[in-house]
Amino acid sequence: MRILLTISLWLFASGAFALDAATVNKLGFGDGDEKIAAIAALVAEGDPAAAALLQAATDGELQTAGKLVLIVKGEEAVNAATGAKVTPLPEEREDVILNNRVRRELGGAMAALKLISPDRATRLAAAKELTGNADQAMLPLIKKALASETDAGVKQLLELTQATLELKTGTKESRIAAVRTLGLSTNPNTKMLLLGILEKSKEGGYAEPDEDIRIEAQKSLKALEGRLAWGERAGVLFTSVSLGSILLLAALGLAITYGLMGVINMAHGELIMVGAYTTYVVQNLFKRTDFFDWYLLAAVPASFIAAAAVGMALERLVIRWLYGRPLETLLATWGISLMLIQTVRTIFGAQNVQVENPAFMSGGMELLTGVVMPWSRIVIICFAGAVLVGMWLLLTKTRLGLFVRAVTQNRPMASCVGVPTARVDTWAFGLGSGIAGLAGCALSQIGNVGPDLGQSYIVDSFMVVVLGGVGQLAGTVYAALGLGFANKLLEAWQGAVLAKIAVLVFIIFFIQKRPQGMFALRGRALDA
Amino acid sequence: MKRRMFVKQLALSAAVAAIGLGSTALYAQAKTIKVGVLHSLSGTMAISETVLKDVTLMAIEEINAKGGVLGMKLEPVVVDPASNWPLFAEKARQLLTQDKVAVTFGCWTSVSRKSVLPVFEELNGLLFYPVQYEGEELSKNVFYTGAAPNQQAIPAVEYLMSKEGGAAKRWVLLGTDYVYPRTTNKILRAFLKSKGVADKDIDEKYTPFGHSDYQTIVADVKKFAAGGKTAVVSTINGDSNVPFYKELGNQGLKATDVPVVAFSVGEEELRGVDTKPLVGHLAAWNYFMSQKNPTNDAWKKQWAAYAKKMKLAGADKPLTNDPMEAAWIGIHMWKQAVEKAKTTDVDKVIAAMAGQTFKAPSGITSKMDEKNHHLHKAVYIGEVQANGQFNVVWQTKGPVKAEPWSPFIAGNDKKKGEPDGKTIITK
Repeated sequence: MRILLTISLWLFASGAFALDAATVNKLGFGDGDEKIAAIAALVAEGDPAAAALLQAATDGELQTAGKLVLIVKGEEAVNAATGAKVTPLPEEREDVILNNRVRRELGGAMAALKLISPDRATRLAAAKELTGNADQAMLPLIKKALASETDAGVKQLLELTQATLELKTGTKESRIAAVRTLGLSTNPNTKMLLLGILEKSKEGGYAEPDEDIRIEAQKSLKALEGRLAWGERAGVLFTSVSLGSILLLAALGLAITYGLMGVINMAHGELIMVGAYTTYVVQNLFKRTDFFDWYLLAAVPASFIAAAAVGMALERLVIRWLYGRPLETLLATWGISLMLIQTVRTIFGAQNVQVENPAFMSGGMELLTGVVMPWSRIVIICFAGAVLVGMWLLLTKTRLGLFVRAVTQNRPMASCVGVPTARVDTWAFGLGSGIAGLAGCALSQIGNVGPDLGQSYIVDSFMVVVLGGVGQLAGTVYAALGLGFANKLLEAWQGAVLAKIAVLVFIIFFIQKRPQGMFALRGRALDA
Repeated sequence: MKRRMFVKQLALSAAVAAIGLGSTALYAQAKTIKVGVLHSLSGTMAISETVLKDVTLMAIEEINAKGGVLGMKLEPVVVDPASNWPLFAEKARQLLTQDKVAVTFGCWTSVSRKSVLPVFEELNGLLFYPVQYEGEELSKNVFYTGAAPNQQAIPAVEYLMSKEGGAAKRWVLLGTDYVYPRTTNKILRAFLKSKGVADKDIDEKYTPFGHSDYQTIVADVKKFAAGGKTAVVSTINGDSNVPFYKELGNQGLKATDVPVVAFSVGEEELRGVDTKPLVGHLAAWNYFMSQKNPTNDAWKKQWAAYAKKMKLAGADKPLTNDPMEAAWIGIHMWKQAVEKAKTTDVDKVIAAMAGQTFKAPSGITSKMDEKNHHLHKAVYIGEVQANGQFNVVWQTKGPVKAEPWSPFIAGNDKKKGEPDGKTIITK
């Protein structure tokens, strides 16, 4: 192993030989402008040693010691200019600090160098990087890469970049072609370029004197704006569904305990919190193992069971004595919620705890340039759907579900035909609580986990259930998605603060008009 | 009727219970000086404020170990106002009237400070406020050891406007909806206008406290940024920062495209957030943990040892930040002032505070202004690194004198830069 390392280092060292010392020093010690000049010079050199040096700078491995610029990997250091190994490692080292501006240039430079990589994915990533921040000096490199590029996707991106760069220079024909290519873009930055062409200067004339180009730019701009508008709509749709799925998860459990059973459960939010904290505990158990990325697989059932256990204990000990007395149930469950909050505060502390996302839930999927759907949100939408389907199957296809429906519709009759109503109540309450626990597990992935977590969702949950119509699962789904849309559309229009107020006002008026909610149970069941 | 009675009783008993839980045991001892610590230990602000309580207690422990003040030990009285602004005022009154504390260290959000201010003025108490704030206030009963806007916000924006900072042309001013972000953004808007930025290039956005869904906001920022080089100035406060930065990372909004500079995000707030996608986003403070100087090294070591000894949450990765430094400076300057005045009498201590100096962990010698109750501070701008620390990329040449009355707000030119017995608060 050690020998291998030495050999690779030696190879690396011999490769890095013969970089211009002045340039390397500029990169190590210069100010922003000098660093950028040095990067440009290194790209122009184009040899592997320069690429290795730039890569080291990107990875933050560049350090200075005295007047030396070093590439430090672990405990080994080589002189960045000569490639000679530096032993022993100097004690006093300083990181070479790259700020955003330098890092942007560096990113562009690295991308330009990677365009000739044999790996398609690398090239595609590089081409994507360049669409945003290519600079005039890279034009020859891009042209060279285009000439040898075979992949259509990469080629399209490169053509776009080329068009961006050639917009200001070149002949009339090439500029018109460039403008046309830009019309095919989905990048919001392109809009700026096209608008720049159409801009009127202060004297009244156009910035772009050639009318043909202006006409083409107008056409391209229209096409681009149309596409961007669609992207924006898709974005709003996604965020609405995402918010709706969260509301749905938070409210589904309540749809059973309040909607079907009629228990005004003020501790519902705290059951969500119990689920979130269970996820936290499971995560901590998995932290010591190699399977951290899969902790959610264990956390989902664990949070269900934990919250269901708390819920069932709650039902057995308190709520069952209060059936038919909604006001007292409300106060008792509110008191329990305070106790649960305080218990968690005592065990875990008053501060928020950190629940980390597994790696596969970080980042997002890019739908169009600028419209990103984060994986965490996608997973939660799917999860909400799965919970919904599971609950529907349980309520309609199983014996327990049949009992629950029978008991909620006509308790005395169900009891007469031999349904153990008291036990069914406990199971149903446990089910509702368990689903709240699942919601907590999901919410821990996107929000904060703290003792007060439940408080921020209890109002939303009741809003959804009441709006949808008590006793109606379908109503809950529609209400959650509807509120998601209303909230997001209003937020885009009037900001988050006003959106929240407006939605609340809307619900108050709606309930005034239709106290039974969107969907109401019809028939004699209600009169009983 | 019956129901209302019941609810009332319940509320009353809950309030009584809350007070019972909050107050700490008062072991009356002769020869101690009581010191109030008024920081939220629960609720949305606990993420930021808990460590301020801890660092204050550490300072008290250190001072006591060295023999106390005027031969007396300091006795901390810790209360938890639970991120509940009216409760801050109640707790402040309790500290001043029941516990009779000589000085109080506390508050983070400006709304909590505004809430306790009348209490401190009425009862002639003394408050040390350790967090950067919006200015527009000068009370004889308060010493502000955090930054005024010209010691944080304005230099940060100037940096982003410079070529080195990325030459931003368009600005998103994003904040939590309360007095600090609103006033800071008012100042920044006026400042940007004075630099020739048009109104259409400034987008001001607010979210409620504890907001957790930043999808729309981040998408809007992206859209806005398509109109030209954009920078985001974030005054989001409390635990909302975690979902905000998570969303930024997930949506792939990189600092090289749209840098976000934050005034309320430090090392502590980034604890546990995956900072790899956030590399390059900025924060402007008067202290960063990564600063290299002997004072800071010693202080960090002391804090790490204290956190370990007290088994504080996060002691495995002890972090220091700017408000902690400000709290640290505050309590030490108060000690020096008491020793100079030879009494804990509020008016005499206030007089003795003028011109106090203290060697700050940021590496400068911090000085309390002779007149305006604010510290002179050097300003640093740091970029987030992959390890959650900040890299200083820019700093002022030396300490900057605070301007509590920003010249960018109309009418401030007539205000005196010192308290004249009674407070002048603009609405």
